[in-house]
Amino acid sequence: MRKRTYLKLKERGIEFSLLLSALSSIFITLSIVFILLYEALGFFKDVSIWEFLTGKQWTPLFAQPKFGILPLVTGTLLVTGIAVAVALPVGLIVAIYLSEYAPFRIKEVAKPILELLAAVPTVVYGYFALLFLTPILQKFIPNLSGFNALSPGIIMGIMIIPYVSSVSEDSMKAVPMHIREGSYAMGATKFQTAFKVIIPSAFSGIAAAFIIGISRAIGETMVVAIAAGMMPNLTLNPLEPIQTLTAYIVGVSLGDVPHGTVEYKTIFAAGITLFFMTLSLNILGFWFRRKIREVY
Amino acid sequence: MSVTHSYPLKAEVKNLNFYYNLVQALKNVHLPIAEKMITALIGPSGCGKTTYLRCFNRMHDLYPGNRYEGEIILYPDRLNIISPKIDPIEVRMRISMVFQKPNPFPKTVFENVAYGLRVRGENRKNFLEEKVEKALIQSALWGEVKDRIYDLAFNLSGGQQQRLCIARALATDPEILLFDEPTSALDPTATSKIEELIMQLKKEVTILIVTHNMQQAARVSDFTAFMYLGEIIEFDKTDKVFTHPSVRLTEEYITGRFG
Ligand SMILES: Nc1ncnc2c1ncn2[C@@H]1O[C@H](COP(=O)(O)OP(=O)(O)OP(=O)(O)O)[C@@H](O)[C@H]1O
Ligand SMILES: [Mg+2]
Repeated sequence: MRKRTYLKLKERGIEFSLLLSALSSIFITLSIVFILLYEALGFFKDVSIWEFLTGKQWTPLFAQPKFGILPLVTGTLLVTGIAVAVALPVGLIVAIYLSEYAPFRIKEVAKPILELLAAVPTVVYGYFALLFLTPILQKFIPNLSGFNALSPGIIMGIMIIPYVSSVSEDSMKAVPMHIREGSYAMGATKFQTAFKVIIPSAFSGIAAAFIIGISRAIGETMVVAIAAGMMPNLTLNPLEPIQTLTAYIVGVSLGDVPHGTVEYKTIFAAGITLFFMTLSLNILGFWFRRKIREVY
Repeated sequence: MSVTHSYPLKAEVKNLNFYYNLVQALKNVHLPIAEKMITALIGPSGCGKTTYLRCFNRMHDLYPGNRYEGEIILYPDRLNIISPKIDPIEVRMRISMVFQKPNPFPKTVFENVAYGLRVRGENRKNFLEEKVEKALIQSALWGEVKDRIYDLAFNLSGGQQQRLCIARALATDPEILLFDEPTSALDPTATSKIEELIMQLKKEVTILIVTHNMQQAARVSDFTAFMYLGEIIEFDKTDKVFTHPSVRLTEEYITGRFG
């Protein structure tokens, strides 16, 4: 009888601690969001939302500060756009190759190499962009400045390829063999099968992979902080120096702005902007992943 | 084996051996396929029926390590379709297959049926529409789907999906149609529809069908081959096989005493 109660208590205790650890991760996430919102609200007491969203200059550290977020948003979008233009097509082609064409031996070698690409520290990529790619690009594009959006954008794209390709490949491999055979049985070539049947079948998974890739690009910090120039610049010209939201955040955090000042709060204003950009992408991605499950 | 001597042949299997790597799955198979007739293949699970059928459209070429020996001669041009010199795509252009499980593509009903033609580079809209309609009529599906030709094929029922796959296979005017247990995933109503359809189709195309269902083989086919452990044990006209089988093993199998 005694033992029974003891076991029951133990069971309860385990259950409770599991619940606690599950709740703690939710709690931590929520508190991060809460602090972000709270500090951002503090910022908007000093600066109007209107100025923040429409102002064309971002110079919070100047004597006469301007708080227009647009240059950081365009900087982020520009670099993301370049990265995505590299990562999505290449990632998709790599995935098609690995899933439909590559013989087992090549797959065995190629996949770890791709994973390695994802394991290189981003600082290394950053200096690679600044010291290696930019000088090469300057030979072809003479008016490319030393810091620019193009070079880190391309490097970031390369960095993101494995994320895009591995998720896309998984979803292509998940296409049942009998669907593939149905295509070949109609006389289709490998290429026709890949593009007319496999890609549409794996569409939701590929879309999810793209969204993961885009979120990675938006959130990436180190490469742009090093090679893009730390210069808020309202432009869509990839040859000029720019600054992204993330690069601004590290830049200011590393400096010594006093706690509680407007300059300090700009970190959270930029942070909340970033948060909403990635949040909306994640919601989109979630929606796509739910659609995957509906198809098969 | 001269039961087919008075019929024109569409294909002739001679001395066919097939290997999955080192495992021999077909042994010295001989079989004439009469033109515009239905030949059924029966036999216990694992005897090699699917393996045999998939030789006809070179499906085994998709996987490494598979090996054919012997000949499958396709008439009238006497092409040995399993010769390594022949491109499997050329063979698949002439011989279509309907699989055990319905396998429509994630496309509209129209695009599913038009797939084989598009793969052959056909893109003329009027031509495609004509062909798709004809194939859907042939596969007894037109009446049920004519208003939702542009809906996704996944929205059709299982039986409709299987008839869609038959329409897809027919749209390219194949010379031989292969069926691998086409009704095993369907209910009795859908099954009898497809059986009727198969009997209709023999007016236009030579048919090879694998089935586990004795009644189905007896009902639809003209010739029946009984296969066991990778070999053809008996081949004859269907009514002969089912009423007076000449081999003891065949009799035991069709009367359900083993298998
Ligand atoms: N991919 C493969 N690799 C190796 N052996 C295989 C492969 N596919 C089938 N086999 C073997 O070949 C033999 C014939 O298989 P097959 O699928 O042709 O049988 P079947 O008559 O169609 O059976 P069922 O009625 O169950 O569909 C079996 O012994 C099977 O285990
Ligand atoms: Mg089988």
